[in-house]
Amino acid sequence: MAAKDVKLMKGNEVIAHAAIRYGCDGYFGYPITPQSEVMETLMELRPWETTGMVVLQAESELSSINMVYGGAATGKRVMTSSSSPGVSLMCEGLSYLAACELPCLVVNCQRGGPGLGTIQPSQGDYYQACKGGGHGDYHLIVLAPSSVQEMYDFVGLGFDLAFKYRTPSMILADGAIGQMMEKVVLSEQRPRLSDEEIAERYGSWATCGKGKRKERNVATSLFMDSAELEEVNLRLQAKYRKIEAAEPRWEQIECEDAEYIIVAYGSSARICSATVEMARAEGIKLGLLRPITLYPFPSKAIAALAERGVKGFLTAELNAGQMVDDVRLAVNGAAPVEYYGRMGGILFNSDEVLEVLKSKLIK
Amino acid sequence: MKETIIIAGFGGQGVLSMGKILAYSGVMQDFEVSWMPSYGPEMRGGTANVTVILSDRKISSPIANEYDTAIVLNQQSLDKFEPLIKTGGVLIYDTNGVVNPPTRTDIEVYSIDAASECALTGQSKMFNTMILGGYLKLRPIVEMSNVMEGLKKSLPERAWAYLPQNEAAIIRGGELIRKVR
Amino acid sequence: MAEDIIKAENMVYDKPRLITDTTMHYCPGCSHGTVHKLVAEVIDEMCLESNTVAVSPVGCSVFAYKYIDVDWVEAAHGRACAVATAVKRLYPQNLVFTYQGDGDLAAIGTAETIHAAARGENIVTIFINNAIYGMTGGQMSPTTLLGMKSATTPCGRDSALNGFPYKIADMLAHLDGATYLTRQSVHTPAAVRKCKKAIRKAFENSLAGNGYSMVEVVAACSSGWKLSPVEANRWMEENLIPAYPLGDIKSSTLPK
Repeated sequence: MAAKDVKLMKGNEVIAHAAIRYGCDGYFGYPITPQSEVMETLMELRPWETTGMVVLQAESELSSINMVYGGAATGKRVMTSSSSPGVSLMCEGLSYLAACELPCLVVNCQRGGPGLGTIQPSQGDYYQACKGGGHGDYHLIVLAPSSVQEMYDFVGLGFDLAFKYRTPSMILADGAIGQMMEKVVLSEQRPRLSDEEIAERYGSWATCGKGKRKERNVATSLFMDSAELEEVNLRLQAKYRKIEAAEPRWEQIECEDAEYIIVAYGSSARICSATVEMARAEGIKLGLLRPITLYPFPSKAIAALAERGVKGFLTAELNAGQMVDDVRLAVNGAAPVEYYGRMGGILFNSDEVLEVLKSKLIK
Repeated sequence: MKETIIIAGFGGQGVLSMGKILAYSGVMQDFEVSWMPSYGPEMRGGTANVTVILSDRKISSPIANEYDTAIVLNQQSLDKFEPLIKTGGVLIYDTNGVVNPPTRTDIEVYSIDAASECALTGQSKMFNTMILGGYLKLRPIVEMSNVMEGLKKSLPERAWAYLPQNEAAIIRGGELIRKVR
Repeated sequence: MAEDIIKAENMVYDKPRLITDTTMHYCPGCSHGTVHKLVAEVIDEMCLESNTVAVSPVGCSVFAYKYIDVDWVEAAHGRACAVATAVKRLYPQNLVFTYQGDGDLAAIGTAETIHAAARGENIVTIFINNAIYGMTGGQMSPTTLLGMKSATTPCGRDSALNGFPYKIADMLAHLDGATYLTRQSVHTPAAVRKCKKAIRKAFENSLAGNGYSMVEVVAACSSGWKLSPVEANRWMEENLIPAYPLGDIKSSTLPK
């Protein structure tokens, strides 16, 4: 029976399995709750003995992101994972990776902040992930898994998008998705690229040693000539417009006839999908729009619902109201957009969200 | 079918692994499952709990507001989760961990004296599977063959030698569970 | 006149093949140009042009990648050893070295340097120690001597106010993973020859998989020190080299 081959795993464990199966060349990390199982699982699985993948525990998140930077510059598929305070330390490196147009994957298993905060789940890093974090005009491709299976799948998707656009991808998960166990189907082992294949495919930029190339490659983000740096920025922005046009991903649940829409992602989207069930049982025409890519944000899908005459939107997120900005921009005044959230590592309940919806929008 | 279970007690009582065995048993029975733990300092001896959901349909939220069944192994957990059991739901508690017994009359209440039994037989490590056996006796939602399969899957290979003892503990748990009201 | 002299048969010295034609930005009297030349020569002599990846720092040698014709990664300030660690782990057959100054390596990059050395990464660090932040305009660095004037120690470095200078290569000698540590200079022809040998030995050590190597070069910064090139060399001989004595600090093998 097929079901017997299904595994039951934690979101964090699954990241480790997915890294190996999707042909990752190197993982560089530093322990932090609630995502330490990623590196622990990798060390248990010992992929250097099977696929040849490098796994290294660095001395800090600063070091791990710069290892990722070095590895990415050579054309290898490299990644790291951390949780909110650790990702703050990585933001400098992310800016460099984006500036040098290097592909890589970073997993943020968010916890409550600001500061040392709590180890409980939160979505307080939406701004950091989607609006910068590091310095300068850059974006990451940000994927928001809402199940353990998506944690697995998005490792592959994150790497593919990162290499397609030569830009860092981030999986923006949270402690709840990282720590929970669900059924997961693992994919077939994808082989790692050989050094020769990398030289062939990425020879125009990878700094893996000149090999047969005549011209050397340099990974740098330093441009002392302002005109030259503006050119670099314009090139980056053109790439981001392409990503915004081609890559938004979202899921719509019961949206066809919906009069009200909840917009929620990740673990809060799971909670809100139960809210939709409860509302429908009461005869309220409620739908859920779940952004899967937070950058690029599915603005057009939300705008289309607003144009169709949805009476109101409620953004539910585990923070003080961050994604709600993007929902308001998408709706552009066509309908009221309200926010509800909890902070500090507290998850809202599905009935709590329904009450807020009723009081703020239905009245 | 959808069963939402909270298992709660002290860290070290095997709360999380009991949930894992139950969840894996559900996988063997082709159910959709979710296992959502409390995590953090609890891992080092404080209170621990895990929400397990078994369902024949896709599970929307892995986080529950109320439970069909609560299995509580200490007083704090009883105090916390007794009010959150659905009307008509089930509460199971270990007699040794609870000083003030449950008071609700709109739920079914059961007790199991697993701690004493384990102390008597010197098999303290079978405590959680014994409790699980008690639960499965009341709610046979998963076939015993799938429970054994789930048990095997959730244990590391080095612990497979203890599978027969675990099976015996599950059966013994079914014999020990008593209805309080 | 010049046409009569510039003939192949008259050539006694040439620019190393792996030094690019880009005009260097270094000041007169700076040691960087000489060390670049040595690094380029050793890479060429060891036939490593096609499989070298170098990591440049933030500081005066930030543009090192413009001058030596191999693949380069420009690291964020201080992170060169972390960057090099990953490159080397992913391409173990490559020569991977970092080129860093005292600010980059011994201040902001101390953690990355120490841990790469402690792990015994098979990389080489070329460490240019001129006891000052040259690029940003001559501020105090961790290796600035007591009493030495800089933009941030206008009355001279005072230990009560600014702490003490330290010898990072000596500190690294305590680490099992660091197996070849040497301090050189390039202020005389003899010193240049010795320094080149040291660089070659370090490259060989890393390619042999014998752990971390560092070649520290006590270097002159005439601009930062506000001295003429000749005075700078003299000042270095009289002050900097006594504080950072030349010679091998450690030459060993990795413990079993």
